[in-house]
Amino acid sequence: MERNQLSRQVALQRQSLFDQGYLDDQFNQLEELQDDSNPNFVEEVVTLYYQDTSRHVLEIEQALERKPLDFTKLDSYMYNLKGSSSSFGAKKVIAECKLFLEHCKARNGEGCVRTFQQLKTEYATLKRKLEAYFQLARQAGLTGTALRPK
Amino acid sequence: MSQNGIGNSVGSGPSALALDPATTYKITALVVDDDAVTGMIHRRLLDSLGVKNEVVRNGKEAINVHRSGNPFDLILMDMEMPVMNGIEATRELRRMGIRSMIAGVSSCSGDREKQEFMEAGLDDFQEKPLTATKLVSILHKLNKKD
Repeated sequence: MERNQLSRQVALQRQSLFDQGYLDDQFNQLEELQDDSNPNFVEEVVTLYYQDTSRHVLEIEQALERKPLDFTKLDSYMYNLKGSSSSFGAKKVIAECKLFLEHCKARNGEGCVRTFQQLKTEYATLKRKLEAYFQLARQAGLTGTALRPK
Repeated sequence: MSQNGIGNSVGSGPSALALDPATTYKITALVVDDDAVTGMIHRRLLDSLGVKNEVVRNGKEAINVHRSGNPFDLILMDMEMPVMNGIEATRELRRMGIRSMIAGVSSCSGDREKQEFMEAGLDDFQEKPLTATKLVSILHKLNKKD
């Protein structure tokens, strides 16, 4: 595919991540930190996020299987996941984290289980979309400041 | 330009708010946060503003770093951490006589927790996520403090 066409596609794909509510302004903030000496900073952050948070997701999954539910532990695990998700602007994941925390506060086990399923869906969907975005950006030869919005 | 090299230029993005290169390395910062992603981002934010920095993963490590004689101009302190949380660490650092600027950076927005954190000895508090604008606001406070 011609380079200009690829660049346009990258820009459109990026914009759709915001328009569809997957990302918030914090992602823009991270892109501002990307430059020629740190050309892949955002992708590195996202990679670290998924590596690091996979254990939080597993902890929550295992904690939800134990009876009775330990809402204090669940709250603590989810607080960590929310914090990491907030740091790079994972908007839909953050929303599910907040809802889960409300269910924890209300000691609503069913709500926690239901919300967690939705959270896992959003978490996986975002990963897929960002991987596709970064791959397309690499194909278009766009890194560093070239990826910042105009 | 102040002695710490913090300019008053107005603009968006870290580059427009960059410190005077001639004085950047006079400011050192310690990031205290157990979250690897947050630590990475805070380090990059500080790097982009020319602030030399290190990261530790909990309050106990922050205490140990200071006990080995390494002072910092600025400490970015998370609240919820394993081993020793930010409130305990801030209290202990002040008890040790550490007069560095300590800015609490936490996603906890409850008034009671924030008040407890401030009372432990913070000079400033910023809600996560930390942005370049929030960090520059902290550095401007540091400038005034000095």
